[in-house]
Amino acid sequence: MGGFLVQILNGLQYGLMLFLISSGLTLIFGVMGVINLAHGSLFMIGAYLAYVVARTTGEFWLALPAAIIGGLVFGAVLERGLFQRFRHREHLDQVLLTFALILLFEEARAALIDNQFHAVPVPALLDFSVPVIGGFAYSAYRLAVLGICLVVAAGMVAFIGYTRVGAAIRAAAENPEIVDLLGIDARLIHTLVFATGTALAMLAGALAAPLQSVYPGMGDGFLILSFIVVVIGGLGSIAGAFWAALLVGLIDTLGKVYVPQLAGIAVCGLMALVLLWRPTGLFSRA
Amino acid sequence: MTRLTPRGNLLLCLGAFVLASMPFWASPYAMQLASTALIGAMFALSLQILTGASGLVSLAHAGFFGLGSYTVYLLGHTSIFVSLPAAMLVAGLAAAAIGPLALRTRGFYFLMTTLAFGQMLFFLFHDTPLGGGTDGVFITRPDLIWTVSRAARPVVFLLMNLVALSLMYSGLWWLMGTMFGRALSGIKVNEDRMRAMGHDVQRLKLAAFVVSGGLAGLAGHMAALTDAFVSPDLLDWHHSAEALLMVLLGGIGALHGPILGAFALTLVRELGQAVTERQRLVEGLVILAAVLLLRGGLAGWRKR
Repeated sequence: MGGFLVQILNGLQYGLMLFLISSGLTLIFGVMGVINLAHGSLFMIGAYLAYVVARTTGEFWLALPAAIIGGLVFGAVLERGLFQRFRHREHLDQVLLTFALILLFEEARAALIDNQFHAVPVPALLDFSVPVIGGFAYSAYRLAVLGICLVVAAGMVAFIGYTRVGAAIRAAAENPEIVDLLGIDARLIHTLVFATGTALAMLAGALAAPLQSVYPGMGDGFLILSFIVVVIGGLGSIAGAFWAALLVGLIDTLGKVYVPQLAGIAVCGLMALVLLWRPTGLFSRA
Repeated sequence: MTRLTPRGNLLLCLGAFVLASMPFWASPYAMQLASTALIGAMFALSLQILTGASGLVSLAHAGFFGLGSYTVYLLGHTSIFVSLPAAMLVAGLAAAAIGPLALRTRGFYFLMTTLAFGQMLFFLFHDTPLGGGTDGVFITRPDLIWTVSRAARPVVFLLMNLVALSLMYSGLWWLMGTMFGRALSGIKVNEDRMRAMGHDVQRLKLAAFVVSGGLAGLAGHMAALTDAFVSPDLLDWHHSAEALLMVLLGGIGALHGPILGAFALTLVRELGQAVTERQRLVEGLVILAAVLLLRGGLAGWRKR
């Protein structure tokens, strides 16, 4: 029983981390109409950033603000310099350009750091276990990640749902042209959304660094699962991304524990079912 | 979809003759390289009838390619007359299973769902014992009509790949001229109009998806035959993206484009390898150049 509870917690934590990544993806799709296959690479960059910060300063916690601020700046630069120009290009162009970004990011990482696996130690402050039912204990750091992700998710929902800027983002996701008509600078909204999405993906990477080792291509698995989350949740829907991320996180984690060989397939099966039932996602209005 | 005029096809034939004459003047290494390009061309050509003709960008095709390859492994020791149709059948059936689901969606959703289903096939061979392990396995080549000595292999496989590509190209050249091919082009230009004209757009797309998947399986079969090695990487979506790059590089919408694109990419990679060890840098820059500068592709044709 305790073991099962531990897996549930793992699944929730994994799902919330997926939410951090896919909420950015779904907003960028919804608002800008851009498909970003390099989103998983941003996760990888966040993890390596955490590794470098933790190694040079000896303080893991500095990595979190570094990932957020670094992500905001990096995202804004990417959007202004590159993605803004691709918005109206064909899908094939967008796919290949963001594929090129993956290759270039990987190459930059290899040149700046290396191609090795690295372990990032769990911060000393949280390097203990919390007992749960049935004699099982759960890592305090994992609980902290769960908490941080929940706070960020609540912040996202509040920001999107209850602020003026959030309303503009929702309007843009619903109908891109309407923002211009309302007299809001659509370009600013795009930069904001892309920068936020980048920062969230990099934050997720930094948080994940002590949980798994940091390695090249670590974003690949997350990229695919995030896409599945977006498909299940519905394009541009934050609430959809949230529930879909939890569902996918739980199924993937429990699947890996109880039917390890079918975990990768189980999530895709779920997506197939959703596509059969509601091709535009569970939370879309269409 | 534009097709070459008879004169253009004559030029392609000339290219084929040059390749066929390679055994007289080229090194075994060069012939293996040509085989790699021919297989790439088959794979990209299979995508062209989907992406180029009807405008659907699929990231699942590496999965179909890999299924074709793994069919050879799973069949064990057999004849090529069994393995070739089996590979196409398995890949085509997978496309027929995935197609109806993926085609319920459009645009970005189609991209994402094909990516996810393609990765599902990847995981099937990566995570389960079915495919013989994550690092790949060497396979027993199927029997050809006669036994081939080790020294003759580059020559024989070069010629076989050349014949396979030629047959595939000729078949598609014919297919794109039929009502089916023209209807696909119509879907790319204006899907709603095609529907209004009474075409069953969904069925046409599905047919294109299945044919395209089966042909990707054919390319995968030829790859397995040539390399005698299969690995889950064949099914990875990065492999799909590479085929899309060949399509774009050669010129989207021109039937012969992928052939030019495959040879160009293989050549650039080979030259890049001589200059730097940073493969991904070379490939990344090639993509940037192809998308940002070479907008017509090598075939010089592009809508608008």
